[in-house]
Amino acid sequence: MSDLAPARGMVVGHGEMANGLVSAVRRIAGDAAGALHAVSNEGKSPELLRDEIDKIAGDEPVVIFVDLSTGSCGMAALSCCRNRERRVLVGGVNLPMLLYFVFHRDEPLAELAARSIERGRAAIDQPLRPDRSTRASG
Amino acid sequence: MPILLNRVDERLIHGQVVIGWGNQLRLDRFIIVDDALAGSDWEMDLYRLGAGSAEVLFADVEGARERIGEWRGEPERSILLTRDIGTMRRLAEGGLLAGEQVNLGGIHHGPGRRELLTYLHLSEEDRRDLAAIATSGAVVTARDLPDTHRVTLDSLLKG
Repeated sequence: MSDLAPARGMVVGHGEMANGLVSAVRRIAGDAAGALHAVSNEGKSPELLRDEIDKIAGDEPVVIFVDLSTGSCGMAALSCCRNRERRVLVGGVNLPMLLYFVFHRDEPLAELAARSIERGRAAIDQPLRPDRSTRASG
Repeated sequence: MPILLNRVDERLIHGQVVIGWGNQLRLDRFIIVDDALAGSDWEMDLYRLGAGSAEVLFADVEGARERIGEWRGEPERSILLTRDIGTMRRLAEGGLLAGEQVNLGGIHHGPGRRELLTYLHLSEEDRRDLAAIATSGAVVTARDLPDTHRVTLDSLLKG
């Protein structure tokens, strides 16, 4: 357990992606999804997007999940993390990492981010065959 | 290899540029021309992160005007980026971009700006700067991605 408040999460993505992911977390995890805030870059200048992320992030611990680290969302979020120890950026957001995050928000921020990444990465799977218990080969 | 495209995009290096245009033009170098950025180490580091394995050069307008001939003679497949139209206008002064393509890729809402395309919002000053760029001999069009419709400056300014 950390001595800080439980981390909040933010999903920043292109178009409707962030809203879609947060909606999916809500369908699966229920009220736990309330810890996530969705932000879209749609129609926003870099300055406006940075301001929005900065305002939502505030001063409490926050993990900022972005779809593409090197896109406009990732660049804006990275800029907001500069000199802010309570903000951690995670790229390549997916549903499994968000599900891990919302149920483990009491973990120390760096560990929470690392484990969320680990969970998200592990969920990118080889195709499974419906007719056998093992993974498809070749 | 000449500079393949000169683009105005306030996001500079981001997904559309790196992935959309980068794959189409097979870019291996980004040249960012911006007076403020060229003096900010942390921002230069930020944009280098966004470019992956491609090279990123930074220059202020004065430095870019001195070096643009040299860049054109180098083998790297390059895109030159500014984040505002005024910077591109200063670069184009005296016909430095004559005969070249200037692409308008992304200017969003802002004070005094009006939406002409979903990704392009221009102020009166922007319109004057674009007219000056065209008068200096560059071919100005708007297009956010390589496979979207190219909008000519004439039709933009009539809008």
